[in-house]
Amino acid sequence: MNEDILKKVQSNPKFIELVHKKTSLGWMLSIIMLVIYYGFILTLAFSPKSLGTPIHEGSAITVGIPLGIFIIVSAFVLTGIYVRKANSEFDQLNKQIIEESR
Amino acid sequence: MKTRSLFLPLMALLPGLASAADAIAGEVKKQPVNTTAIVIFLLFVAGTLAITYWAARRTRSASDFYAAGGGITGFQNGLAIAGDYMSAASFLGISAMVYEKGYDGLIYSMGFLVGWPIILFLVAERLRNLGKFTFADVASYRLQQTPVRSFAATGTLVTVSIYLIAQMVGAGKLIQLLFGMNYSTAVVAVGVLMVMYVMFGGMLATTWVQIIKAIMLLSGATFMAFMVLKSAGFSLETMFKTATDLHPKHAAIMAPGGLASNPVDAISLGLALMFGTAGLPHILMRFFTVADAREARKSVFFATGFIGYFYILTFIIGFGAIMLVLNNPGFTETIMKDGKQVTQLIGGSNMAAIHLSHAVGGDLFWGFISAVAFATILAVVAGLTLSGASAVSHDLYASVIKKGKANEADEIRVSKITTLVLGVIAIVLGLVFEKQNIAFMVGLAFAIAASANFPVLFLSMFWKGLTTRGAVIGGFIGLASAVLLIVLGPTVWVDVMHNKAPLFPYKNPALFSMTLAFATTWLFSVLDNSRQAEEEKAKFDAQFVRAMTGIGATGASKH
Repeated sequence: MNEDILKKVQSNPKFIELVHKKTSLGWMLSIIMLVIYYGFILTLAFSPKSLGTPIHEGSAITVGIPLGIFIIVSAFVLTGIYVRKANSEFDQLNKQIIEESR
Repeated sequence: MKTRSLFLPLMALLPGLASAADAIAGEVKKQPVNTTAIVIFLLFVAGTLAITYWAARRTRSASDFYAAGGGITGFQNGLAIAGDYMSAASFLGISAMVYEKGYDGLIYSMGFLVGWPIILFLVAERLRNLGKFTFADVASYRLQQTPVRSFAATGTLVTVSIYLIAQMVGAGKLIQLLFGMNYSTAVVAVGVLMVMYVMFGGMLATTWVQIIKAIMLLSGATFMAFMVLKSAGFSLETMFKTATDLHPKHAAIMAPGGLASNPVDAISLGLALMFGTAGLPHILMRFFTVADAREARKSVFFATGFIGYFYILTFIIGFGAIMLVLNNPGFTETIMKDGKQVTQLIGGSNMAAIHLSHAVGGDLFWGFISAVAFATILAVVAGLTLSGASAVSHDLYASVIKKGKANEADEIRVSKITTLVLGVIAIVLGLVFEKQNIAFMVGLAFAIAASANFPVLFLSMFWKGLTTRGAVIGGFIGLASAVLLIVLGPTVWVDVMHNKAPLFPYKNPALFSMTLAFATTWLFSVLDNSRQAEEEKAKFDAQFVRAMTGIGATGASKH
């Protein structure tokens, strides 16, 4: 990449917008995933009994089961949210930045 | 009668479970020859070799060989990543863990999944925009080629060879059980096939082997889970109720067992699984097979979906085995263990899913699932071998030795020779390690990936202040400390070397070794006041623009 293009891109407000949006979404979703997973790990470490309580009186299903499924599904949903946003809005912005850098 | 359960040595490792699910440890007894399985497996081999022949004719340039010309779609790559990641032992091992301990199996599989979103949010597209064939391309983007690539190639080769040994030994044992074949025949067969796929078909053949395996594994597991749910009248309540009634541990299987008795170990294991995934060189390499960042993102989305779905299936399969296999006299044997009579599954708990396939689908389906388990191993080792070969040819030969001036034909030739050499080494080590306790090895591979590869890769993309000195010193400290702490910890010092007490109390070192790697990389970068360091920092802005926008990134080659 030559200096010219670099300067042009860096000073493009759309680039600043892209960086801001992409990094904040990426970090936000990462933190959500970490909180969900380590929240679960800490529950497991300090209060394993709570995961073993039945979801309602007399049920064989315990709280831990839907919670486990929820964590697996949430990983998938979070990636979905990111890809949806990145492949539409961010890519659109990115395309404009590339065109304007020429 | 000295048969030991295949799974018992694994259970002994709790909660050091990173080691467990992917390695098959302990002695196993050869089973009668399984003709159906062998026929189905040979069909798979014939099919994949035909694909290899097709791929070989399309593989000309280095980009074809390492990255399938960048022409794989996001969906295909998602399947291939799933095929690369779901090993035979995570299928058999996790369903066996559910069968034995219930809920703990689910906890374990979660750890293997939650790294994927992080890869997407922080790594995938930057990696695709900056690199060409290996993660070393990215780590060394603005740093000194020779030292950084040497480090990254070392990290790759160490991770890949440890993972490979675990897979080879696991393959040999598994195939004794599944096919009734010899250990050594099985190891040689795996070695020869993986060399053929990689040497002749490069990334294109490897990708398709992984895709086919993923489809076979997912459809087989789906059918099993469906039959299990059907037998429970499609009621989860009935399924869990029946299982808790039948299982000797009763309601305890619906709650966490001993998996996370120690918070430090639990957190450390979580870190190793989460960030180790983002530092596995054979997984990172897959992101260069797609055209651009957009497809790279889609790959992770699909991969996360497939892998998550697969773990839910293994959970149902494990409970299905409790319902349909546990008390079924056709699937159990009584053996003498430590002077006591013990009734266990034929071949041990790791066979739970295999027996279940027989119970729900008869001989033909049982043969199919056994063949799938073998195919699964092949897909994983092919990916590992290709990654190791590219570290030698692309990073060491072309960049370090030839200083970037190697011609492409020579580079591919070096890659193919390395593939052959790696194949021979893998076979020899597979044979040498037959009687060794190798259960710690996958845990070690994840710990090294999280403590050496990941910190350097991550900081090279996110931190302007990273210098060559910091990356190399910090990276090697991460690698050395991960190895050292595992050796001094309970899994090697006590279980393998039979010392009384471990010198390092935790089974999972990642919390310490990864922190140490980040801290020393930072420290030696900050202390680096050389002119070279200034230049490296100055190059960050251009790197950042390319990482964000993809301007200047390697595109897909047109066929």
